[in-house]
Amino acid sequence: MTMLAVRSLDIRRAGRTIVSGVSFTADRGEVVVLMGASGAGKSSILRAIAGLDPLGGGSIDIPRPVGMVFQFHHLFANMTARANVCLAPVHVLRRPRAEVEIRAQELLDSLGVGHRAGAMPHELSGGEAQRVAIARALAIEPRVLLMDEPTASLDSARRGDLAATLKRLATEGRTIVVATHDAAFAETCAHRVLMIEGGRLQSS
Amino acid sequence: MNRYALFVAVYLALLPGVISAQPQRELRWGGDAEGGAPYVEADPADPAHVVGFDVEVAQLLASGLGLTPRFVQVGFTTIDAEAARGDFDVGLSGIEDSVARRSRLALTIPYYEFRELLTVRADDRDRYRTLEDLRGHRVATLGATLAYDLLVDAQARNGIIPITYEDDVHPYGDLALGRVDAVVLDAILAERGVRRNPSLANQPAALAVGHYVGILAPGRAQLRDRMNQILRDAMRDGRLEAIFRRWNVWNQDQPRLYARVLAGASQYPVAASSLVNSAGPAQVTVWRVAARYVPALLRAAIITVALSCLSMALAVLVGALIASGRVYGSAPLRVVLTAYVEIVRGTPLLLQLFVLYFGLAALVQLPAFVAALLGLGLNYAAYESEIYRGALEAVPIGQLDAARTLGLSERQILMLVRAPQAFRLALAPMTNDFVALLKDSSLVSVITVVELTKQTSIFAANIGSWVVPGAMCAAIYLAMSLPLARVARRIERGWRQA
Repeated sequence: MTMLAVRSLDIRRAGRTIVSGVSFTADRGEVVVLMGASGAGKSSILRAIAGLDPLGGGSIDIPRPVGMVFQFHHLFANMTARANVCLAPVHVLRRPRAEVEIRAQELLDSLGVGHRAGAMPHELSGGEAQRVAIARALAIEPRVLLMDEPTASLDSARRGDLAATLKRLATEGRTIVVATHDAAFAETCAHRVLMIEGGRLQSS
Repeated sequence: MNRYALFVAVYLALLPGVISAQPQRELRWGGDAEGGAPYVEADPADPAHVVGFDVEVAQLLASGLGLTPRFVQVGFTTIDAEAARGDFDVGLSGIEDSVARRSRLALTIPYYEFRELLTVRADDRDRYRTLEDLRGHRVATLGATLAYDLLVDAQARNGIIPITYEDDVHPYGDLALGRVDAVVLDAILAERGVRRNPSLANQPAALAVGHYVGILAPGRAQLRDRMNQILRDAMRDGRLEAIFRRWNVWNQDQPRLYARVLAGASQYPVAASSLVNSAGPAQVTVWRVAARYVPALLRAAIITVALSCLSMALAVLVGALIASGRVYGSAPLRVVLTAYVEIVRGTPLLLQLFVLYFGLAALVQLPAFVAALLGLGLNYAAYESEIYRGALEAVPIGQLDAARTLGLSERQILMLVRAPQAFRLALAPMTNDFVALLKDSSLVSVITVVELTKQTSIFAANIGSWVVPGAMCAAIYLAMSLPLARVARRIERGWRQA
């Protein structure tokens, strides 16, 4: 079942075309990797899918909300890991706080960072911060999860853990789109790899 | 280079000798030309020159001494301190004879006698005949004068509320507007006030009698004695009378005064200065007077604290709104808010206070405290808004993007993510601003709010010295600002550890 359909996507920034005519789909339970060098346009495509940047042309069909994990995690610096995960369920989904906190702890536990729930973002390692960011994105129950350069701050052992986590999330029925320039990581977790070069899709 | 430096050093070392070696050709006389008519004021025809009866008395003294008079502008409330420092040879500006002045300066014989008059609105002429009738009402005067002492005395006895002004024009304007219910000042000012404001009337009975004198540094008794001789001669031959007649201030009190002076009276009646005089000149010590002023200083400190806290609260609120408008608002709103910030930051706070209190009086009559609160609050709001804008923009954009992907509204992002982080960044500069505001609050004395600095200057003028009042005032300011800085540092430290 197709969860994400990108059709003839154009992205322009400051009068310059960043992405041109990109089309692809992703199915339920599929891990799709956008591969390419820095500046190829991968992150721009993810941002457009997440609804952060306007489209220059084309269309995107996706069920909202969309979960997104950023390269630098961007945890809210003024609150604990747990509060980062609870924020949107309480204030956007309007769930009762007690229920949200139990669910947040379950998510953090399942990602192996349950013991860090009370820590502030600056006290977390790169890997821990990333897993908290994944928990935060999953807390709004998205059917599609976007990840931008997820291996940038991870050592090789952690990369293996992350690949396993993404596969598990896919098995649970989520669609995952990853932007990376890390070919080895793409190999271990991708069902399908799309090559992006100069803002265009090269092959699949 | 070295030779040049040596030349400059030698020149500077010799300079004072060169200057002091010249015989004195000028009589430097000090006065306040700001609103100083008919004593000393800038000549409307040529503002570079001063005119007034004190200007002519100065000319009289200078010509008697064979010198050329040269005017030195000084503030009315600091004229004693400047005389004591020797900034000028003699001070003449409607300066009142008082016990405190006699104990600290060399005074000339009195050359003019005045009466203190009560001025009221003509409609209240029968209601407010004396200070006793004004219990609970605001009565205005000029700070650091005999009239002020009369009002402080009446405050203790009759429960009137003394309001001090920096000049002698606005008390009458505010009386006409109803901001105060009476003015007490000497007859020269009172009659001029009534001429300018036809809705006012002077009560005929004098509240007190006083004299104008010249003041000199304490070590200049010899010059003072020569001046006294010149003044006596001018009393005898009618030259003083001619001066006062020219300025329409001659009356029958003056010949009586001159007769007493020429008969060699050594004790001229000194008008009662309740705070200094009641102890008797012999027992007056600075410490005793200082102790009497402590309650007034503490009351003034409370005004300072209340005004500063309320103004800061207003500044934080308005500053936060301006900053939000400049970060999130539409282009026209941003232009308007930027203009506000630039205009407020680019003009003096003193000017803004004058405009709010006196300038807008025809449209809206703000009570003095409210005008002070608005003036300080709206001025500091401009500075606060720049701090908050910078702090808001310092929160990483990535966090805002992350919040957007989670579905939070822009309002929620501001309240839950951006503002809390910005507030931490803003705390240190905010503390700094609050300490600055605490001290800037002293400017509101120009619109009749008596806060700590104003009370101190009144105190200093009355005892004729800044040493003890200045030290007490500084101690109270420090006692207010140091704990504040400490609390802020503790909060910051707590956040860093969190």
